[in-house]
Amino acid sequence: MNAPASTVMPASQEAPAVVEAADLSLTFQTNDGPVHALADVDLAIGKGEFVSFIGPSGCGKTTFLRVIADLEQPTAGSISVNGMSPSEARQSRAYGYVFQAAALYPWRTIERNVALPLEIMGLSKTEQRERVARTLELVNLTGFEKKFPWQLSGGMQQRASIARALAFDADLLLMDEPFGALDEIVRDHLNEQLLELWARTEKTICFVTHSIPEAVYLSTKIVVMSPRPGRVTDVIESTLPRERPLDIRESSEFLKIAHRVREGLRAGHSYDD
Amino acid sequence: MSKYLPVLTILAGIVAVWYVGVYVMNAPFQQKLNERAGAEPTFVEFVGQTMSQPKPTLPAPHQVAVNFFENTFLRKVTSGRSLVYHSWVTLSSTLLGFLFGTVLGILIAVGIVHVLALDRSLMPWIIASQTIPILALAPMIVVVFAAIGLTGLIPKALISTYLSFFPVAVGMVKGLRSPETAYLDLMHTYNASRSDVFWKLRLPASVPFLFASMKVAVAASLVGAIVGELPTGAVAGIGAKLLGGSYYSQTIDIFAALVAGSIVAVLLVTTVGFVGRMTERAMGVRPA
Repeated sequence: MNAPASTVMPASQEAPAVVEAADLSLTFQTNDGPVHALADVDLAIGKGEFVSFIGPSGCGKTTFLRVIADLEQPTAGSISVNGMSPSEARQSRAYGYVFQAAALYPWRTIERNVALPLEIMGLSKTEQRERVARTLELVNLTGFEKKFPWQLSGGMQQRASIARALAFDADLLLMDEPFGALDEIVRDHLNEQLLELWARTEKTICFVTHSIPEAVYLSTKIVVMSPRPGRVTDVIESTLPRERPLDIRESSEFLKIAHRVREGLRAGHSYDD
Repeated sequence: MSKYLPVLTILAGIVAVWYVGVYVMNAPFQQKLNERAGAEPTFVEFVGQTMSQPKPTLPAPHQVAVNFFENTFLRKVTSGRSLVYHSWVTLSSTLLGFLFGTVLGILIAVGIVHVLALDRSLMPWIIASQTIPILALAPMIVVVFAAIGLTGLIPKALISTYLSFFPVAVGMVKGLRSPETAYLDLMHTYNASRSDVFWKLRLPASVPFLFASMKVAVAASLVGAIVGELPTGAVAGIGAKLLGGSYYSQTIDIFAALVAGSIVAVLLVTTVGFVGRMTERAMGVRPA
């Protein structure tokens, strides 16, 4: 067994990997015996990539994201985030995290929700105001500063939560099924906006989803996972151009990648139950 | 109007039952009086007599109403017979005790949520404290404090504190622990300190719980203040008024004092509820 969570140097000498996992395993001890949420995951995520994690429930895609975010501790193997341990990366505020539910604090207005991480990081009021305005503009929520979360639609709430994750300019954005609870029309719209935002900010994005079209449309790299134990069955480098209008989803290129994702999911026996 | 109709119907029912009770309870004594005096009133006269005794077993609603009106509005508030005066005495110790109790309850809850040792050890004692009848405890508190030269408002207020810290402590523990995992995880990803988590998450999240338990606590405080006046020979306050009434069989006075007490209770609970609603509105809670 490897020492848990030790720092791994990036393999390649050019662009250093933002996230690098080697033989990463995580086993939860439950009353029904051990659950292997992640088993021997090897993965490198380069700077500026848009990586989707796709797989059925229990395949460990959310767990992997939470390990990167230092919200779960691996039981074996190693992982580095920006060349540091996840804990150090978290302490240096290396990433922004977007949860499945918007998780906006209901007693704070939209601008104060976005300002929350900035307050905790001790930024000056003027700096806070400036950054809140900038990030709200980035997610097209200018004009909604003084609204409370319940006054916004689900899609707008999720955009506010993305703004909150962007507000402190971390280079890595971790998104855990951010659009899973939204209807398809809103989701299409937000996917388009997210790509636009990614192009503008050049962030590295890790995106958990269980929608094949969403994964293919958004990603430069698709990680297909399967459950029991949670492991990576396929890593697909997308051949789609970075510039992606919504109708690219009807192109044969798109359908070819989607097919390969579906094959990967099937290979992982994820349709068995 | 349709909102008040059910309430008024119930009220009318209660008053009707009360009047029947007045007749039943006061009739035997009135009969004896009439026999001794050799009077033979008609039934209507007799019913009237049962409802106008000076020291009835059960006073009639209108007797209580007249007594309450006279002692509330027709007396100087500095007078020893004024219900306003007595209510104020009780109210002041209620408020002081409630203030102490709320602060104590919040401090205990903060301790329980943040210190594992307190979490493991404190709750059983807090619950045990509430199983002791306050009637047994109140005289001891008063006597102990009198022995160290502390009399008057403070011992009475401490009895209120004893009753009111409990609901606040229990409600606040629940409130401070109410934030969902995602909210706490979010704080973790920001590398937030415990004080940030407390001030920016746990405390605001606990506000609805705080006001719900403060409503219970303020009513308990009032009970505490009244009970605190009973065994101590207090000369003023609603409790003193109740005790004095029972010494001299002034049943009408007792009922009037009870009415005064209920009105104070309603005012207190309504005020706490109102402040709670205002606070929540200021915090952006969706209006119901």
